[in-house]
Parts: sequence; C-alpha cells; structure tokens
Amino acid sequence: MGIKWDKFFITGDPLILGSQIAILLTMIGIVALVTYLKKWKWLWREWFTTVDHKRIGIMYILMGVLMFFRGGVDGLLMKAQTATADGKLLDAQHYNEVFTTHGVIMILFMAMPLLIGIMNVIIPLQIGARDVAFPQLNALSFWLTFSGAMLFNISFVIGGSPDAGWTAYFPLAGKEFTPGIGNNFYAVAIQIAGIGTLMTGINFIVTVLKMRVKGMTLMKMPMFTWTSFITSIIIVASFPILTVALALMTFDRIFGTHFFTLGGGGLDMMWVNLFWLWGHPEVYIVVLPAFGMFSEVISTFSRKMLFGYKSMVFSIVGIAFLSMLVWVHHFFTMGAGPAVNSIFSITTMMIAIPTGVKIFNWLFTMRKGRIQFTTAMLWALAFVPCFIIGGTTGVMLAMGAADYQYHNSLFLVAHFHYVLIPGVVFAVFAGLYYWWPKMFGHMLNEKLGKLHFWFFVIGFNMTFLPMFFLGLDGAVRRSYTYSAETGFGPLMLVSAIGAGILAIGFGFLCYNIYWSARYADRNISSDPWDARTLEWATASPAPFYNFAKLPEVKSLDAFWYMKKNNDGLELRENEIKEIHMPSNSGLPIIMAIVFGIAGFFLIFEWKIAALVAALGIIAGLIVRSFDYNDGFHVPVDEIKATEKAWRKVDKEVKDHVS
Amino acid sequence: MTQVFGFVLSLVLTFAALFVALKTSLSFNAIIWIIGTLAVIQAALQLFMFMHLKDGEDSKAQTINILYGIFIAVVTVAGSIWVMSFGM
Amino acid sequence: MSANLNTALPLEYQTEQNRMNILGFWIFLGAEIILFATLFATYSVLSTRFAGGPTQNDLFEIKGVMTETILLLTSSFTCGLAIYEMHRGNKKGLLTWMIITLLLGAGFVGLEINEFITYVHEGATMQTSAFLSSFFVLLGTHGLHVSMGIGWAVMVMIQIVKRGLTPVTARKAFIIGLYWHFLDVVWIFIFTFVYLKGMVS
Repeated sequence: MGIKWDKFFITGDPLILGSQIAILLTMIGIVALVTYLKKWKWLWREWFTTVDHKRIGIMYILMGVLMFFRGGVDGLLMKAQTATADGKLLDAQHYNEVFTTHGVIMILFMAMPLLIGIMNVIIPLQIGARDVAFPQLNALSFWLTFSGAMLFNISFVIGGSPDAGWTAYFPLAGKEFTPGIGNNFYAVAIQIAGIGTLMTGINFIVTVLKMRVKGMTLMKMPMFTWTSFITSIIIVASFPILTVALALMTFDRIFGTHFFTLGGGGLDMMWVNLFWLWGHPEVYIVVLPAFGMFSEVISTFSRKMLFGYKSMVFSIVGIAFLSMLVWVHHFFTMGAGPAVNSIFSITTMMIAIPTGVKIFNWLFTMRKGRIQFTTAMLWALAFVPCFIIGGTTGVMLAMGAADYQYHNSLFLVAHFHYVLIPGVVFAVFAGLYYWWPKMFGHMLNEKLGKLHFWFFVIGFNMTFLPMFFLGLDGAVRRSYTYSAETGFGPLMLVSAIGAGILAIGFGFLCYNIYWSARYADRNISSDPWDARTLEWATASPAPFYNFAKLPEVKSLDAFWYMKKNNDGLELRENEIKEIHMPSNSGLPIIMAIVFGIAGFFLIFEWKIAALVAALGIIAGLIVRSFDYNDGFHVPVDEIKATEKAWRKVDKEVKDHVS
Repeated sequence: MTQVFGFVLSLVLTFAALFVALKTSLSFNAIIWIIGTLAVIQAALQLFMFMHLKDGEDSKAQTINILYGIFIAVVTVAGSIWVMSFGM
Repeated sequence: MSANLNTALPLEYQTEQNRMNILGFWIFLGAEIILFATLFATYSVLSTRFAGGPTQNDLFEIKGVMTETILLLTSSFTCGLAIYEMHRGNKKGLLTWMIITLLLGAGFVGLEINEFITYVHEGATMQTSAFLSSFFVLLGTHGLHVSMGIGWAVMVMIQIVKRGLTPVTARKAFIIGLYWHFLDVVWIFIFTFVYLKGMVS
C-alpha cells in the first residue's frame, strides 16, 4: 500500500479544512435538494443516460463553467499571494499545488470541455445531421472526461494535490522527489479524461466526413465545422502520445520502472519531449475551434460572407500540419545543439504566417460590413488586438537564442495567457452569447453581457500586461514570493487588482446565466441574430431530432441562401416522415464510474483493487458488444406537433435587451 | 488468390530480413536500412492485401488517415531520436 | 439508417452505420499507429541505456523470436482467409479459420509470456534499466493488444453463432480482422527494430 490511512484526508491547513467542509455541505445540499424535488428519476432519464449531442454538449459546458470557477479560484489565490512582497497567504508547498492545479484544470477541464461542449451542440446542427456518428460513444467520452475531472479535483482534500507544475517535469515529478501520491492523481486523472477526448476526436472526424447533409461538400462547410474537424484530427494525432507519456509516468511512479528517473539509465528530458509532442498540438486543439467561432460571429454580425474562405481553410490545414513540428520550442533551454534549436525556431515562426492570414481575413470580413455591436461581436473585436499581442510576443519567444532570456520568466506567462485567454476564453464567451438561444430558447441579457465584457477585458489586460514588464525585469514564474528590494511590488499589485476585476467580470456572466434563465423572454424567433448557417434553420432550442426535414445545401452560408431565395424554409405536412433516433443508455455513465474507481485505486497504489475494478471495465465492454439495441422511430404525429409549436411563434425578438 | 500470395511474400521478406541481419557482414547502418525497408514493404503488403485499405466508399479518407498517421509516427520517432541526441 | 440496405456491397459495407463504424475504426487504427510510434520512440531513445544490466545480445534468442513471428504471421493469413470465407457467405469457414487464428494468437501470447519469464529469471526485470523498462512496456502493450483481441474475437464469434451472418455481425468480424492484421504490422516493426536490430549490434 502506498499510503497510510492517517494521510488519506489532508489535515492541518485551515483553507483546505474550509474547502472540505464546503464540499461536504454542497454535496449534502445537492443530494437533499434533488431528493426533495423528486428529480432523481428525471435526472437519470433525461440527462445521465442521454445520448443526445445537444444535452451532452450542455453538460460539457456546465462542467467547463464549474471548472473555470475552480481554476479561477486557484488563479486568484496566486495573485493574492504575490500581490505584495513577502506575502503570507500561502506557503511554498501550497503555492506549488495551486499553480499546478490551475494549469491542468484551465487547459484540460475548462478550455477543452467548453470547446468540445460547443462543438457537440453545434456541429451536427451545422452539417444538418440528427446526431453524431456514435452517440453512445459520445456519452462515454463526456462521462470519462467528467470522471477524470472529478478524480483530479478531489486530490486537494483526499491524498494531496499534484505539485510539480502542469507540465510535471521529471525528475521533480518522479517518486524520488515527490514521494506523496499527489502526482499519481495527475497521471491517472488526466489519462481517463484523455481517453474520453481521443474518442471524441474519432467521433467528430467520422461525423463530419459521413453525416453532412445533401449538397454540403467539404468546401461548403461552415468555418466552425472546418476548424472543429481539423481539431479532431489533431486530437487523434496527438492524444495517443499523451496516453503513452502518462502511462510511462504511471509505470515510473507506481511500478518502479526507469523511463524518466535519474537512476537506472532513465532520461528525464524524454518526458519533456513526449509531453510537448502532445502539449504543443494541444494548444492548437483549443485555439482552432475558437477561431471557427470567431469566424461565425464576425461574419454574422458584419452581415457579410466570410472573407477568403478558401485561404482560411488552407491556413487551418497548414496550422494543423505545422503544429506537430514545433514542440521543441518549449525546451530550447534544454541545451540541444544549434541545428535542433534553429530548425524548431524556423518551424515555430512559420506558424505566424497562416495565423496572420486568418487575422487579415477577419479584418477584411468586417471591412465595409454593417457591424452590429452585440456582446458576441464585442468579444470577437477585443480578441483581435489582444491576440496579436500574444502572437507577436510568441514570435519573440520563438527565437531560440532569445528564449534563454525569456524562459521561465513572467514574460512567458504573460505571453501564453495573451494567447489562450483571447484565443479560447473570449471565443467561448462569444460562442455562448451567440448560441445560447440555440441551446436554451432564450437569450443572455445583453446589458449584463456588456458589463461582463468590459470588466473581463479590462481586468484581463490589467492582470497580464504588467507581467510582460515584470518578466523582462527578471521576475520568475512559479515563485511564491519575492522580496521588496526587487521592486516588483507595484506592478504585481496592479496585476492582482486586475485579477479581481476579471473575476467580477466572470461574476457578471454567472449572474447573467441566472437572470436570463429566470426572466429572459422565451418568445424569441428561431433565428434571433439573422444568422447564416444551418443550425438556425430549426427551432430554438432544437428539437431532439434536430430537423424534421433535412435541408438541402446549395451554397456556402446555406441558411442565408435559403432565406434570400425563400428556398426550402417551409415544411409541408406530407414531407414529414418517421425519424430514426438512438436509444438512451446507462452504460456510459456506469463505465465512467468504474473507470473512476479503478483510477482511484491505482492512484492510491492499491494494485489488486485496481485490477479488480479494471475487470469491471472489461465487463462493460462485453455488455456493449452484446447490445443490439437499434434505437427507435419517432412517430409522424409527434414531429407534426413539435414543428407546429415553434413555427407559429411570430418572428420578432421582444425585449431581450432588458 | 491474393491472400496466399501475400502470405508467401511476407514469409520471404521475414526470412530475408533475418538473413541480412544475422548472416551478412554489412555495416550496421546498411543492415538497419535494408531490414527497415523490408519491414515497410511488408507492412504495406498487409495494408493493401490483407486489410484492403482501398476498399469501401471512404477509401480516400482511410488512405489519407493512414498516411497522416505514418507521418506523425515518423515525426515522433525520428524527431525524438534526433532531439534526445541533443543534435550532437 | 439501418433500413437502407445496399445489397450490391459486401455484407459489412451494406448499411450507413456499418460504413461509419469501419471508417471510425480505421481512424482509431491511425491513433494506434501513433500510440505504438511513441513507444517505439521511447524504446529507440532508451535502448542503449543498460545501467549495468543485460543488453539485447545477452537476452534475445533468435529461435523463440522466429517462432513467435511465424505464428503471428500465419494467424494474420488465416484471419484473412476467415474474412474471405465470410465474403463467400460461408459461416462455417469463417468460424473455423477464426478459431485457427485465435489458437495461433494464443500460442504467440503463450510464447511471449514464457520469454518474459525467462528474462525475469535471468535477472532482467522491468525495474533493471531504462532499456528493459521500455522493452517490456513496448512488447507488453503489443501482447496486451493481442490478448484483448482474442477475447474480443471470441465475443464476436459467439454473436455470429447466435445470430448468423448479418450486416452487423459481418461488420464486427471485419473490424476484428482489421485489428488483427494491424497487430501483425506492429509486430513486423518490433521484430525488425527491436529483435533483429538488437542482435546485429
């Protein structure tokens, strides 16, 4: 056994004790509330066992927002600690844990679920499909991601948080220097979530390749579908590398092998190499769908077709190709020879070319457009300049020789936050404001949305802009403290205040979700933005079968074409036919729970128990193999009733702006 | 019948590699290149003759997918070896 | 979806869902290529780091390796024959060749386990050196895949016996066939770049 019972629960830290109590109370509260409202059966039937891509997407988004909260609290703790010189809020160990979980959660359990969630809701609608290619696998993907996230999150109250950074570099992350079980959580929890993500990638490649509606050739696909498709390809290309790297880490930590250890001939830099072979493509995995969302939003609210569609597609493909060839720029300072560092400097700089093409395409789309300053559009507008700051500092970092100066400083931290926050978080916000009516049948409040926008964007710049200067002055990252003589104090304080403003902005989003759910106008049209792509050709929220009659695509921006030519918009009674849909299944959630249990045992190095639980996974696979459930048919009358209900609503948007 | 032909060819290739590796006195690099080439040929044989990569309406997608997988595989293996030699 | 049968095509390609499953499996195989490539990369980088432990030349025996290779190669061939019989609508032929395939596969796994036990008795364990760590994990991953394949194929065969040759069962048999051939491809590279290369140097 790898752990003594008295170390099972983390004790002694008042912050963690508080969290333990809070988590316990919240859990009791949720269970009591659901029981009181008698909603267990409903939850199980409608959500836990669902295979509907829209509901799975909504669950992903919900999880992403929750994890944003958790990762955000970590971030605020760090900012509070470093707000003044010699801060006393956190000790060194606690600070290590907090920046580790902040990184892992923000990338893997916030950005990825939010993006995959929006992909889930929107892609099948955009290509005119009834669901994804493998609906039950899709549910399994979600529940595995969720299982991994929960496993990772309990680490700070049970067993101890990982504390070797989100990159978990060896030898620090090895058993020798981190003997506790914290890093086992890292290796196993991410593994489980990663398997889910890999299956999502396969699922969406097949969905896009095989399920496009009649007439939608590859070059007539909406841009968000294109970017998500390419993202799925990068997922399939890079996640197996992560799977292996994490497995080898697990072997090193739990079974005493010597892949990355100092003794036994292991090579610690091999971990770094494998980690970034996955880690760099991962950046493009999160940023490409975001680019797609901006493309949709900018084109809709500029009331113009996307400029340079073909060049956009080619630049995405180019980015996907180059993304696999740049990983060494994350460890130029390893000390490789000039040939290695030069080659990877060049490939890295080359990525700026297709990215630049995209920026110009967005700008030219807006040129002479009739721009509507909705909240979604504001996010897209703010994205461009902020992202360019992140991109150009990236080109600075791409120079191998110069990187020796910037490496491990706050300059680097500022750079990647300037890439990832505008590139991913702004996009997700834009996407949420834009597609909220499609998901829930009401809009988010625009006035609150604008408050959210301004607080968040100002707070973001205030937090991270000073970090560039701090970094150039020599402030290192991952340091929990600094002395007053360094002179970092004032800018650090500005940065901390900025983080507070950013947090208020996020608070407005949460309030907006609550306010809109309670008070927003439900009587909105199915197409409130006068948009261009097929997801708006059906009801809002979309019925579970998506389209009563599959549309036919004749041009890019298919729905816009349909509206302009009044082609295929109305539905005749005799066109309605039975629709075949997949049945719900409880297997995915059960499998994910078994995965979680097996992972938990492995983390605590109870090997026999883990093996027994793993047999449960195999049992689940066997059950699935013998499952011949072929779904069900939706009767014509039911479709008629559903379609009548939304097609009658008058087409005006009433006071969605409060 | 392609199956039998493929099987015989596979056996021939396997034994050829065995012979080159253990019974000749070529330089190490020459041997690795020769047996490596033989392995690639045999893998291609399996892909086309046994797995029918070109079958079905999605043969184009399947082929691109496998080629891309091989590309990433080469980048991973060759890249790792090169980078972990520190370019020396 | 399942209603639109296109009987001009082979059984496994007749429904749209089948075509999607087969394409999806090809993409999964693409991911598997990269998974094994990462293990090969690790082995290649670590293969000369012996930490004072045994080297390839101390351990590898060509006779056992060749037997394993021939077994797996033949099983890939018989698996091809099984699918060939399936295309002719011969359920009995399919099952017979499939059973032969699995027996050959089980023989392979048995020999591999035996090989591992011998190494461990010679004092070469996963914990001895970086070379042996990467060797055991690469070979072990492949062996685990073969073992899983055997179990999976048994499930599919039970379904074929119970339900006969339908588009669904034919698709399942076809996919397990693809998987089996793929594992042979991986073995070709293990044979070449682990065993032969190890015995040359």
